[in-house]
Amino acid sequence: MFKVFTNSRQSRICSLRSLLGMFACRSLSATVLAFALGATTARAVPANRVYVSSEKDNKIYVFDTQGQRVSAIDVCQRPRHMMFNADHSQIYVCCGDGNALGLVDTVSGKMTGSLPLDNSPEIFGLSPDGKIVYATIEDDSIMGAYDLQSKKKLFEVKVGGEPEGILVMPDGKHAYVTSEVANVVHYIDLTARKIVKNIRVGTRPRRFALTPDGKELWVSNELSANVSIVSTADQKVIHTIKFKIKGIRDTDITPVGMTLGADGKSVWVGLGKANHVAELDVATREVRKTVLVGKRAWGLAPHPDGKTLYVTNGMSDDMTLVDVVGGKAIRTVPVGRVPHSVLVQP
Amino acid sequence: MFACVFSLTVSRLRTRLSLVAGTLLFGLALTTGMAGAATLPPFTVAVISLASDPRYASRQLERAYPEHPGGRVLDAARMAVEDSAMELQEEGVVLKLRDVQLADAQALPKVLAELKLARVQHIIADLPPEVLSALVQQAPTALNGAMVLNVSSDSDALRNEACSGAMLHTYPSRQMLTDSLAQYLAARNWRKLLLLQGPLPADQLQAAAMVSSAKRYGLKILQTKPFKLSGDPRERDLFNTRLLTNEREHDVVAVMDSHGEFARTLPYATQWPRPVLGSSGLMAMAWHPQWERNGGPQISRRFQKLSNRPMQSQDWAAWIALKAVVAGLVGNPKADISQQLKQLRGGELFVDGNKGPRLSFRSWDGQLRQPVLLGHGDGIVGLAPLEGVLHPTEVMDTLGMDQKESKCRMRP
Repeated sequence: MFKVFTNSRQSRICSLRSLLGMFACRSLSATVLAFALGATTARAVPANRVYVSSEKDNKIYVFDTQGQRVSAIDVCQRPRHMMFNADHSQIYVCCGDGNALGLVDTVSGKMTGSLPLDNSPEIFGLSPDGKIVYATIEDDSIMGAYDLQSKKKLFEVKVGGEPEGILVMPDGKHAYVTSEVANVVHYIDLTARKIVKNIRVGTRPRRFALTPDGKELWVSNELSANVSIVSTADQKVIHTIKFKIKGIRDTDITPVGMTLGADGKSVWVGLGKANHVAELDVATREVRKTVLVGKRAWGLAPHPDGKTLYVTNGMSDDMTLVDVVGGKAIRTVPVGRVPHSVLVQP
Repeated sequence: MFACVFSLTVSRLRTRLSLVAGTLLFGLALTTGMAGAATLPPFTVAVISLASDPRYASRQLERAYPEHPGGRVLDAARMAVEDSAMELQEEGVVLKLRDVQLADAQALPKVLAELKLARVQHIIADLPPEVLSALVQQAPTALNGAMVLNVSSDSDALRNEACSGAMLHTYPSRQMLTDSLAQYLAARNWRKLLLLQGPLPADQLQAAAMVSSAKRYGLKILQTKPFKLSGDPRERDLFNTRLLTNEREHDVVAVMDSHGEFARTLPYATQWPRPVLGSSGLMAMAWHPQWERNGGPQISRRFQKLSNRPMQSQDWAAWIALKAVVAGLVGNPKADISQQLKQLRGGELFVDGNKGPRLSFRSWDGQLRQPVLLGHGDGIVGLAPLEGVLHPTEVMDTLGMDQKESKCRMRP
């Protein structure tokens, strides 16, 4: 863990205190780690950055917020979903073929360690304290819980086939997981470590967005061309939003990626094969606009200023910057092979 | 007839034991489940094949001709049962499999009587066309209504003049496969074909389908030549690959060889450098273990783990057939078999085949509409329908018999 920036400090301290010997030196590592972490947070996180994971290049490509390529970070095999830690000093990246969560230091722009996961992890969530990683494990059909500190697996919950989307509730007590095969959303009690309820949604449910009040869970159904809205109070589907795009057949509308808009008043959905993204109004549950982007638009993230949305296009190997207000693509920039997720650091 | 009638080989015994274990485990999972108490009697799906099917003779399996089955489809059905466990549990439905290996078509009445006792109405059929035809004629009466899902026959006749309201096809028809090849050739502008046709009836059917696909997509068959497996120098123009392909004009060589031995010798052995397609070289297939989009690796990996062999087209067809049975039961497990058939053929129910779009059955002939993979032993080069091919309502219906062309008049 944190190899790059702990090792050098640790060795320096160890050599300074050579009298203590190896054992004592090892016991110091926790302190050193805390010190190193403190040092990291003290260092400024690079601003004006957009991070895109590329599934087939095993890299995270770094852009500025205007879409200019800045650099690339080598990570583990087949990087997919990404999340920042609390202070954005780290990016966690889920590596589907590397069976690990890569830990990327945003300041140095390097992968500094990893947390082993099970076979073919796809999407993950974090406990509210940021200590536990909950990941969907496609090949074993489980949701695994892993401790970031000890790097140990804590437990697993058996779920339906090909689990994908996961959302940990803000109180950390429950999580929702989609099963693409069973066509359900599992409502999982993280304390009891079991499924409490299976909520039947559309065909091939994929990802989630939680409304800011925490009352509605939005679920994208890839093969039903719609979004199910689940009430988090009683775990029932209370509404379904159907997509229609002029000139595009229903079967070509395959919603997958979802994100809340910067103001929390809208949800953006990547419509996959339809090569569009849609903005849905959280209050009225209506489609506000659809925007033409690249091929198989899945990943999306808004700039916190609410002006730009970044969309990764998995089949055209590029990223589209969308003008949120005008509802138009501003520009599309090449990324590496099969871009998956995107993170924005203003 | 039922397996116990036949002497079991070791491997078959192993399959059976693991099947029993699978059913048991599945039952346990249900009793410990937290929702949907099982109030309905369990549904049993019979997987019927021929005991002495020459496709499954060990030497034949060893040859591993492309697009021939790699083993019996029972494992694929088991995988679908496991995949559907959670969904069925919610409905309180228990699904079991029963492996039935027939001696021949004459054994059908007795087998169907036994299946009736076991209240079986869903049949996954991995049978040659003539036995399948007999099954689909007898099953609805014998079982008080039946749904027969064809998972390995490409027969166009069974989807047209010899169709049945009780039958659904998840394996693509021959016409779908040749249409896929033809779309690919048209898109590449490889329009001039040399057609080599084998002596077997199935070869002729394949050739006939290729001819009609060629016509549909504006391809030109310059010449059709018969081939023969032989070493006799007096008929070498029938088996010598260079003599058979010595005219220069064609762009590609289409070989129609249901047996596979001749086709295997053809790529790189033609007189001129011309691609080979049909029964070797570029082929149209329902599934390929290297399909890497739409969650393809997940099912290929699951199948490999379960069965110790790569997933083939027939396995995919059996897997999706069982998923279709599940789709018919979920939501309305009390519906009778004719309602289930009507719903499936009405295009109201969809299945997810890990090939991109959601899939549904054609109302006119019970065929599952689906994308067809175009590839070779090594990988995939295209997906039909090809981009740019248009259809007024559903582009997947450009593959195979569309409503207006279909000769099927039977409805559930």
